[in-house]
Amino acid sequence: MFERDDAPRMLRRRDFLKTTGVVVASFSIAGKLRAQTQPGGALVAQRGLVSGPPDPNEVDSYIAINADNTATIYSGYVELGQGGPTALLQIAAEELDLDFEQVKTVTVDTFVSTNGLTLASRTAAIGGTETRAAAAEARRLLLELASERLDAPVDDLTVARGVVSAGGDPRRSVTYAELVGDRSFDRKFEQFSYNGGIELPRKNADHAIPKRRDAYRIVGTRVPRPDIAEKVKGTYQFVQHVRLPRMLHGRVVWPRGQGAHGISNPTVVGIDGSSIKDIPGVQIVRRRNLVGVVAEREWDAVRAARQLKVTWAPFAAVLPGHEGLFESFRTAETNDLIDTDTGDVDDALSRGAHVVSSTYRGPYQSHGTMAPNCAVADVTTDAALIMCSSQALYQMRFGLAQLLSLPVEKIRLQYYAGSNTYGNSCYGEVANAAAVMSQEVGRPVRLQLSREDELGWDNYGPALLSDLRAAVDASGKLVALDYQAWVHATAWFETVSQLALGSPPPTGGFGVEAPGPGGAGLFSVHLSQTDMYEVPNRRIVNHRVAGAGYLRTGALRAPMDPSTFFALEGTMDELAYAAKLDPYEFRKRNISHPRWLGALKAATDAAKWTPRVAASELSNARIVAGRGIAVGTHHLPQNQGDRVTYAAAVVDIEVNKETGVVVAKHVYGAMDCGLAINPGIVESQIVGMSVHGTSLALCEEVQFNETNVTSLDWGTYQTLRFGDHPTVTPIVVQQLHEQSSGAGEEVLPAVVAAIGNAFFDATGVRLRQYPLTPSRVLAALGSH
Amino acid sequence: MADELTLEVNASTWTVTASPETPLLYVLMNDLGLLGPRFGCGLGQCGVCSVLIDGVEMRSCITPTSAVVGKSVTTLEGLPAYYAARMNVTPAPKLHPLQEAMIAEQAPQCGYCYNGQIIKGAELLFQTPEPSEAEIRSAMNGHLCRCGMYPRIMSAIQRAAQAIAANGIASSKETAEIANV
Repeated sequence: MFERDDAPRMLRRRDFLKTTGVVVASFSIAGKLRAQTQPGGALVAQRGLVSGPPDPNEVDSYIAINADNTATIYSGYVELGQGGPTALLQIAAEELDLDFEQVKTVTVDTFVSTNGLTLASRTAAIGGTETRAAAAEARRLLLELASERLDAPVDDLTVARGVVSAGGDPRRSVTYAELVGDRSFDRKFEQFSYNGGIELPRKNADHAIPKRRDAYRIVGTRVPRPDIAEKVKGTYQFVQHVRLPRMLHGRVVWPRGQGAHGISNPTVVGIDGSSIKDIPGVQIVRRRNLVGVVAEREWDAVRAARQLKVTWAPFAAVLPGHEGLFESFRTAETNDLIDTDTGDVDDALSRGAHVVSSTYRGPYQSHGTMAPNCAVADVTTDAALIMCSSQALYQMRFGLAQLLSLPVEKIRLQYYAGSNTYGNSCYGEVANAAAVMSQEVGRPVRLQLSREDELGWDNYGPALLSDLRAAVDASGKLVALDYQAWVHATAWFETVSQLALGSPPPTGGFGVEAPGPGGAGLFSVHLSQTDMYEVPNRRIVNHRVAGAGYLRTGALRAPMDPSTFFALEGTMDELAYAAKLDPYEFRKRNISHPRWLGALKAATDAAKWTPRVAASELSNARIVAGRGIAVGTHHLPQNQGDRVTYAAAVVDIEVNKETGVVVAKHVYGAMDCGLAINPGIVESQIVGMSVHGTSLALCEEVQFNETNVTSLDWGTYQTLRFGDHPTVTPIVVQQLHEQSSGAGEEVLPAVVAAIGNAFFDATGVRLRQYPLTPSRVLAALGSH
Repeated sequence: MADELTLEVNASTWTVTASPETPLLYVLMNDLGLLGPRFGCGLGQCGVCSVLIDGVEMRSCITPTSAVVGKSVTTLEGLPAYYAARMNVTPAPKLHPLQEAMIAEQAPQCGYCYNGQIIKGAELLFQTPEPSEAEIRSAMNGHLCRCGMYPRIMSAIQRAAQAIAANGIASSKETAEIANV
């Protein structure tokens, strides 16, 4: 169960910044303390007094046993709407032998919670491992204490619902609360540690052994998500609902749609305050080039932001525009980084029985959050409280410290969910801007971005240009794969810092930096995105273009994987067609890993796949049907060895050859993410990814001209609508004894790629640029 | 200029001081403190701000507050009672059958759009108690869900239609228990 503040709409200020305890009122000591007759450590110090993160090697940092024989889990992983925290509670309840209803968590808070990064598919994989280790350690200590109390060896103890019994005798029992309720564990243990997401071996052999997986009662079951009922009832408190006393409503004022990153930096030439003189009580807030308005009433702030006349230095006409984007990469100066080069690719290509050579294009796409981001900040002379929807609360403190000239430990962030984000939408920008504005006006500020702010100043998912050449031998076995990728460097979380500091941003880019125009970076094409295919001669080269002169980009759900798999799986389909092979059969000939084959089998079984060569049943009808298949995964440094997620999709589509409209009718999405902590939540993710992937493949593309982004609302940034959604059949390939890996990103690229392949099956025409919009479809069909 | 405006929201009468063109959404959120209707685009394009005005789904982000004076506004908070009154269900259920069905289907992910999905779905079920799939797709087409949960919303509307047809309330014991979490 999740507990939230009991006065949700009007949080009491309660001097948060000086002496406050936990804001979220689920952890209470006063009046509940019992006399302790057994060792259980000292009274738990009240959380929330000082900045975290707490010691990761202390059980107390993760778990508290309450006097009512429940447990509170201080997880640092936030609820992004994908159900991760529910999975962590299942793990904790499982290891502690509590019922699910006996564990709860609290709002993630940098003065309270452990340090979790809720991104890059880490919650179940890394957060789950951490939670399991901490809970197992807590259970070990509880059993040691019970053994003393009950005068029985640990091996004779059993636990049910947090009640420990000796020898199965209910008269010889003690509750967790009687052992340590409201008191600390005072137990050190060696938590797992990670380097770039890769788990490091533990040095100390003495740590608690987690429960045998075949004894699981809660993990692996479909526990309903506790937040869903609140969301349906309308009692869930989103960040948009947070209100503080004395709070002002704010809006930012910046140019309509970002311009060229690093070149068209918004620069104020003048502000005409008289332009809003008819709106009483509005205050203009400015720090260098960060401009906003605040007002007591939100509508006054909204119309003042629209009406305020700010003259900006004109943006330079240097962007390539969304149509010219890809070709501009080819003429740019690049870092050419070889990711993989095995065998002799050129020689193998020259000797292949069937060789294909194609160029694929994947666009910039927006997070397009359902709600524009929002944050509430209260910055005083010596401290700051910021309520926001960041995926990385602890990490955000450093940029805020620079913006606010405050020590990091004086900055407190609390998580309140916004809408879907699936990566770094503008939640960081809005939190930074709210903090600066609050500091400027000396009052709490609630800053709500507009729809146009969010779509125009997003850190878009990166665009990718892919040149592929590949060959098979006469038996349809791959002999060569050459993947030449063009992508520009990323730049994120920096617009507001740049505006307010008036200087280059404190941080830019993502991943390993390298000299040269395009740096290096995580958002490149990697071996792990192609290595499901066995190819003796393989080369992957990333031609990295400098980020300046392009749009701001960042992580958008399975960053770049949809474009990579659209290209890779399109090429595999082209080869299958050239070799006159059924596309599923082609994959079975070239993939041997049992878990990849398992995902493919699950998807094709569900779809009742009938083997045939693609485009072998073309029709002259106005509306034609097609079916495509593809695999997918998400590249991350840690997704190797036993940490890979294996996804596959089969998609049925219809193409209207007169209108160019493509409709996805049915998506069969299968995923093996190792141990699925909650298969119901994983199925929900597959449904969401199937629809999101359909939207990416058919609708979504950031529009921009030479000066700035022009897709600023839901009319110009198209997204899949209710009427056009496919039926989805989600299939979870459960692996009880495997490591849990990511479950929120991997089906997405498979769906995008399968739609591309289905289009070829339906029409006999290969469309190598997505989204498959009506104009693109008509142009492709017309040229054949 | 600010006026005193008298509104009927969820069968209660409220007097607010607001300029008459203020979009109803801001009054519902900030003056009445409601959590159901919420901001999504301010353009009437996405549907997360929807309310029922005299039983008809409207976008509160582009509806001037003065335009609803003398009319009856129902938000997500008031939907179960409105349903009970309109369908003559006693005692009034805690949740509208579509809310029960959304929980049973575990439909939401982030949940932000569910205010509008439920309001619009409830309007549809009042008008067309047993909607076909095509009727659901058509009615719901103006309500975006960026988590991509349209299939489960579809299932929930169909489940709710069955429940309403059966008894006017969702009869599944399991559903009721989940709803009480």
